Order: sequence, then structure tokens, then C-alpha cells
Amino acid sequence: MTTINPALPADQPPAASVPLNYLTERRGWLSWLVTIDHKRIGVMYLVSILTAFLLGGIFAILVRTELLGPSKTIVTADTYNQFFTLHGAIMIFLVIIPSIPAALGNFVLPIMLGAKDLAFPRLNLLSYYLYVLGAVLAVVSIVMGSVDTGWTFYPPYAIDPTHARFGGVIPVLLGVFVLGFSSIFTGLNFIVTIHKLRPPGMGWFRLPLFLWSLYATSIIQVLATPVLGVTVLLLILERALRFGIFHPGLGGDPLLYQHFFWFYSHPAVYIMILPAMGVISELISVFSRKHIFGYHFIAFSSIAIAVFGFFVWGHHMFVSGQSPLVTVLFSLLTYSVSIPSAVKVFNWLATLRGGSISLKTPMLYALGFIFMFGIGGLTGLFLGALATDVHLHDTYFVVAHFHYVMMGGALIALLGGLHYWWPKITGRMYSETWGRLAFVLIFVGFNVTFFPQFIMGSHGMPRRYFNYPPEFASLHQLSTLGSYVMGIGFVLVAGYLLHALFRGRIAPANPWGGATLEWQCASPPPTENFATPPVAGDPYDFSDLEYDPAVGGYVVRTSGAAGANT
Amino acid sequence: MSSSASSASTTAHPPGTHLAHHFQTPAQQFEAAVQGMWLFLATEILLFGGLFCIYAVFRANNPEVFEYAHRYLSKSLGAINTVVLLCSSFTIAAGVRCAQLGRSRQSATLLGLTLLCGLVFLGIKYVEYQHKWKEGLLWGHHYRPEHEASTSLHAPPEAGTADTPTTASPLADPDAPLATAPAPTPTDPDAPSATFAPPALAPPGLRGATAPLPELTGAQRVHNVQTFFGVYFLLTGLHALHVLVGLGLIVWVALRTLGGAFSPLYFTPVAMVALYWHLVDLIWIYLFPLLYLIH
Amino acid sequence: MSRHPTDSDQPHPPLGHVVPLPVLVLTLLVLLALTGLTVGVTVLPWMNLGRLGNLWVALLIATVKATLVALYFMHLRYEKPIIAIILCVTLAFVILFVGLTLKDTREYQPSIQTYRAADPTRYAPDLYNK
Repeated sequence: MTTINPALPADQPPAASVPLNYLTERRGWLSWLVTIDHKRIGVMYLVSILTAFLLGGIFAILVRTELLGPSKTIVTADTYNQFFTLHGAIMIFLVIIPSIPAALGNFVLPIMLGAKDLAFPRLNLLSYYLYVLGAVLAVVSIVMGSVDTGWTFYPPYAIDPTHARFGGVIPVLLGVFVLGFSSIFTGLNFIVTIHKLRPPGMGWFRLPLFLWSLYATSIIQVLATPVLGVTVLLLILERALRFGIFHPGLGGDPLLYQHFFWFYSHPAVYIMILPAMGVISELISVFSRKHIFGYHFIAFSSIAIAVFGFFVWGHHMFVSGQSPLVTVLFSLLTYSVSIPSAVKVFNWLATLRGGSISLKTPMLYALGFIFMFGIGGLTGLFLGALATDVHLHDTYFVVAHFHYVMMGGALIALLGGLHYWWPKITGRMYSETWGRLAFVLIFVGFNVTFFPQFIMGSHGMPRRYFNYPPEFASLHQLSTLGSYVMGIGFVLVAGYLLHALFRGRIAPANPWGGATLEWQCASPPPTENFATPPVAGDPYDFSDLEYDPAVGGYVVRTSGAAGANT
Repeated sequence: MSSSASSASTTAHPPGTHLAHHFQTPAQQFEAAVQGMWLFLATEILLFGGLFCIYAVFRANNPEVFEYAHRYLSKSLGAINTVVLLCSSFTIAAGVRCAQLGRSRQSATLLGLTLLCGLVFLGIKYVEYQHKWKEGLLWGHHYRPEHEASTSLHAPPEAGTADTPTTASPLADPDAPLATAPAPTPTDPDAPSATFAPPALAPPGLRGATAPLPELTGAQRVHNVQTFFGVYFLLTGLHALHVLVGLGLIVWVALRTLGGAFSPLYFTPVAMVALYWHLVDLIWIYLFPLLYLIH
Repeated sequence: MSRHPTDSDQPHPPLGHVVPLPVLVLTLLVLLALTGLTVGVTVLPWMNLGRLGNLWVALLIATVKATLVALYFMHLRYEKPIIAIILCVTLAFVILFVGLTLKDTREYQPSIQTYRAADPTRYAPDLYNK
């Protein structure tokens, strides 16, 4: 039995009498600024995050442009260092970490769960304002303080007062601290919501996999982010008051900082990828019109990734002076964390097999994810092996690896999810043709940008270097060319999505035929989501749904015949 | 973890229950709040966990520093602070109980007593910090002790008395024996754990072989004593900050209690503030023996 | 802020479990006794178990006190199991973090000590060369 309640109308009333939805019910700036509606907060997050992505992307293009030539091309070395610091800090803290949970999760989670809102709506709004505050603080202070430490802020360089202005890293770290609390409160909210606000019949194993992934992500957010908080606090005290914890000149230990930093920052990458994997589970199933294969395995693998991700932070420190004993231990554990990820990939592929695949734009992103995450994940194994990591650490191999997983993985899934839920959020459909074209540009551009970087890295090209030997020039130029193509793709996405906002076809309640609860309410949803609590069924059973051309979307089959659908 | 909701109507909540529109019953809402607060406490535990990690690393690797420097702390003041915080935990737990039973005046009184205990704690902390400041017992560059650490039951015989400032630097005579635990001896260069041999000449930036030795202030028989005070002020300072925040929250909740905001159906803020205050007490329960009672 | 009757004969049953006052008082007394024990252990010479032993004794007593505070003052005894799970998982991860980091620093200390012992100004060069 699907989760679709046949008693509720699934088609859209005529445009002349569009009922009030969360966008139109109250109007004006103030109603948005003090809203506690999770949908509006999700939209505000989405706008802020995409703005941050634009900013981070501009710095990426600047970095790549500088690397067109072996020596100085457009900026000095110091400025170049600031560019990649900004690019990294913005992309990690302002885009990838919050993106899917805060922008998509905030909007979708309560509706998919069958609830009226998150457990703590005002805390949700606070999370958003902390995000904005932290973002402004971090970006402004990196620019004003000429921070060039890289987004990892390693001491002793980060606490050296001679090269930075306006207190150097202190205001940036304050921004990061504030952002950390935004993340913690979001995770806290999600956990309590999933625990306490499930409707009758929604047991743990009736939850859609996107919610399982958000749950696992929230666990990481609550457990790991406080350690980031204490880390930046310690670094601030070290810089401001010269406490002597990390500074070897005062008897401190700089490697201790790296332990602290990576204890958060490794689980942070699972904060980035788990929700992405949750999106992909939804997309693969819906666009194959087939029940997800291995639901329990995928659900448990999300929790496994969350837990195992805490055991491997030392693999960022193999060549930093960490002891050999602990280094070997971390290498072993790093291999274990790849297993649950592989479980998911195999289950997705098994879902595709025998399915009725439709290559709509969200599905293209999902398939692209599997390919690129596969490459990114597999190259992580090279880095997890000690003998090869000694050679590859701090080279472009690492850069390519994490861009494949973070960008080719998490960002692609964000775009896929954005295109999937766009009709639900905005009530409009975008142009499928432009969507597919933009995807092709992004996909090709991405691979042309980053695949050569694997080659460069294994040949010894170091990362964060402003100039390089001429032998790497052609690969760098190819990479930069790819980045421009990718950039054009993103501009196209922005273009047709904005166009869809104003001129897109009105969306039906269920354009893709999803069986999860959010497709049961109108597009866009009313403010209270559901008038009466919906009844939960199997979120991947599509047998009751059929496409109705009159509506332009899927409706529950009203005939009594047993559906031979798919 | 299924919702405890009955099929109660979601439209009309009983007045005065502060029941939000997305919850079905007050019990469900209260349990959600308790869960949320415990998750927040978990983040605080992890935050202090990081600080305890700093403590553990510095103490395990330089035990002589901690053994020597902790004698500068007053065990009796630390013990009084422990007792004060434990009593404050009791008073606030009793205060929550009164709020649960609708006894607002008693609840407010107990919150006031908790506030008093908290102020006593901060007062004693101020006395301790002031003493450290006067004696030059601070972190990093600021470590300039006026006196040696006071003798105690476990002091080695060569420890100086409280009013004898050290003038002789151990570096004046590199062969002088160190006061407390023996200095870490260089490991055998042929042993597997020694990763490199010390350079024959001091690297540039450190004093040359014939440069005059800088005058060291205070007793430097144990190296890097300033790291103890870095750890001490880090731990107790952040804890004191949390106490201060807690006191502010207690004042807020006490005022609301006096204003009649709470009832047996809604006393969530009191319960939440109490949980936070208990955490502050919990952290001090560990800080006290770890910092004050090292031997 | 709305006004409510403040006397104790409310028609509504209290939310959550009400801890009996004698339980709270008894808990406090035990906590105070344990505090005395913690201090006493450091004063009595026959209870000296060496540096590491004393540390574990102190941590053990502190943990017993913390458990009592959590169980009775913080109602953990009367809450749903999920709360205890949250607490235990958190503590497990703290122990993981502290344990592995500590292990690593202990392992590489000998090379640091070798380096420092060769020239005492290396212990804290910023202080020695100020």
C-alpha cells in the first residue's frame, strides 16, 4: 500500500482559484524574517546557500585562472593563498555542510514525516540567523584580515601575528564557531522531530531513506560539531592570549590541534555525503519506478557510516608526525568505512536493474552521482593506504579525490534534489531540455576539471601551490578549461530555474510519481502541511500511482484493477 | 520511539497549556523538550571533553609539571566549591519538583538559594584567580611565579619554602639535579623510539653555545610549568563562564516563576535550566579531583 | 505571561515523574560523603596507590558522584531509555577521542623529549629567548 491516501484530491484546482499556500498565506518582508514555518526557513537557507555557492565559485574560478600559467598569471602568491582559503572555507562551512540538511531537509523532513513542523520551530529560525551571522563574520574577516592559512587554520602559522591583520584568524574562527552552533541546533531539531513527531503507523522501517540519512547526519552534527567548537575556541585563545596549548614556543603541541580539528572535520565530510546519499536513494527509486533494493541495508549503512566516520580522523595526519602505531590503526579503520558506502552503491545499482528508467533531470544527476562518487570513493582507498599516501599527501590527487566526493557527490546530489523538489517548493516546473543540457555541461566540465588533477597529483604536483614546473602546464590548462565549462553549466541552471519561478508551468501535486508523503499535499504545500495526520505506508510502493496527462502528474489509481504498473 | 499521541484533536488545545500547534499532548511536548535539552547537554559534554583531552595529554606527558604546579592551588577552597555546587544542584532539583507540584513560591525560593550558591562559587573563584594573578601564576609568557609552590605532604625535600624567591636559575648550572621528578632522560639513540639524534649545534633562533643565559624568573626546576596554568585557566575559566550563564538563566526563570508563568502543566523552562545547572555541577565534580587533588 | 493558580491542589497530574524529596536529600548526603572520601583519599598516606592508581581512584569516585547526580537530580532514572542512550553514546565518543589522542601523544613523546633534553632552552624557546 502506498502512502498516498486516495481520499485526498491529488490534482490541482484551476489556476483562477489557487488556494493559499505557505508562500502566499502571509506576505511582506517581516513575515519572512520572523517566520517559524520550516518551509520558509528552508527557502531562506536555500537562497543563502546558493548565494554562498556563487561566491565560493567565483573564488574557484579565480584560483583556476591563476593556475593557467606556471608563474604569476593574475595575482600575487599571497593573494592566491587568500583565494583558496576563501574558496575552501566558504564551500565547506557555508555551502556543502548545511546545504542538503538545511535547505532541502528543513523543507522536506516534516512533510515527508507527516508532521506539521519540526520539534522546535523557533530554534530552527535561530539556526538560520546563526548561519547568516557566522557566514558574514567569516567571509568579511577572511577578506579584511587577509587570512591565507587555508581552511584548516593549522598552528603555528595560524597563530602567528606577524602576517595577518585585524586579529588574523580570530574573527574568522568566531564565525566558524557561530556556524557550528547553527549546525548543532539543526541536527538536534531533526533528531527530536524524528523521535517524537512520527504519525501513527510510521515505524522506523517505514521512514523514507532520505529521513534515515538526515537522522544519521544529525547524529554526527550533534556529536562532532562541539569538538570543532572547542577547537576554534582553543585556537582563538592561543592567538589572542597566547595560552601555550598548541604553540611549541610556549611548551605546547601543534599536532594536538590537528587531532582536534580532524576529529570534527572527518565526520564533517559524512555530514556532507550522507544526506546526499539519502537524496540519491529517493531519486533512483522514483525514476526507476521500482521499490528500493535492500531498504534495511541502506538504512543501517547510513548509521554505520555515521559511526565509523568517527574512527578514522587520523588519516589526515599520516605524514604530520603522528606515531606509527596510531597511523597503522587509522589506516585499517579507514578501509572499514568504505564498506557501508559500497553497500549503498550496490543497492542503488540493484534498484536500477529491471526498473523502468526515465532520464529526467533529477535522474541524470543521480546517475552522475553514482559514477562520480564511485571514482571519488575508490580514490580514497589510495589515500588510505600508508605507502601510497606518503607519496600522494598534499598533492592534487587529494584535491581531485575530495572534489569528486564533495562536488561530484554532495553538490550533484544537492542539484538533483533541488530539481526533484523544485515543483513542490515553488509550485512550478522548469524546462526539462535546459535541465538536461545544463547537466551535460556540468558533468563534462566537472570531469575535465578534476580528472587531470588525479594525474597531476600522482606525478607530484603539490596542492595550494601558486606556481609549478612547466611540465604540468597543459594539465592545469585543461583543468581550468573544464572549470569554465562547468561554470557555464551552473549559470544555465540558475537561469532556467529563475525563469521557471516566474514563467514555469504550474506544477501538479505529484509530477514525478513519488510515493513518499510530501507528494500527497499540494505544490506548494499549505502552511500547516496536512489538515489531518496522514497515514503512513510503504514509501517505495508505486503500484497505486499512474500518470494522468490531464493533470500533468501522477495520481492514485482509482480503478479497482490490480495495477500491473512496472 | 513512536509518538505518544492519542487521536486528540489538533485544533483546540486547552488554554494555558502552552501547547504548540504541532504537538498533540503536553506530555509529548515536554518529552521532546527534555530530549532536546539532553542533546544540547551532550554537545556541552563533548565541548568539555575536548578540554579534558588537553588536560589528559599535558598531564600524561608531563606528570612532573602537574604534580609540582598543582600545589599552588588551595585544596580547601576547591573542596568548599565542590560542596557549594552539590548543594546548589540539590536546591535546583527541589525547585523543579516544587514547580512540578505547582508550588511557585517555594520554587522561587529554592531557585534563589541556587543563585546564592552559584554566587558563592564565583566569589571563591574570584579569590583564587586574584591570588594567581598576584603571584604571577598565569599561562604562557605571563608565568612569573613570585614564590615556589608551597610544601605539602608529598613535596620532595628540596622544594623551596613559600617566601623564598628563587634567584638561581638551574640553567646556570646544567648539572644541578632537578627538584621533583627526574627530568625526562634522553632515550638511547639506538633505541627504536628515538627518531633522530639531537643536532650538535643549537639550531638558529635558539641561543648559541656561548651566548649568555637569559635570566629566568621564578622556579624553573621543572620545565614548562606554565602549561599547567594554561590548562588550569582554560578548564576553570570556561567552567566559570558556564556558571555565569547558568546564573543568568536561573535569575530569568526565578523571575518568571514569581510572575506566575508556570504550572504543573508547563514548567519546562525551569526543568531545562535545572538540567543545564546539573551539567555545570557534573563538570566541576571531575575538575576538582583532576586539578586540585593530584598526588 | 498568563496567571495560573499556584497552590498544590491542581486538578492536573504533574508532567513527568516527581522525585520524592527524601530521595533528593539522601542523594545529596551521599554526594557530600563521597566528596569527603575523595579528599580523604589524598590525605591518608596508607591510601596512596601511586600516581596512576590515585588517578583512577579519583576518577572512579567522581564517576560515582556524577552517576548519582545524573540518575536522581537529573531524573535519568525515571526518563525513557533514549536519554540514557544519548548520554552513554556521548561519553563513548569522548572516551574514543581522548583515548586515541592521548595514545598518539604518548607514542611520539620520546622523540620530543630527546630533542628537548639536548638543549634545555628548547623546552619553551619563546620564554627563554624573550
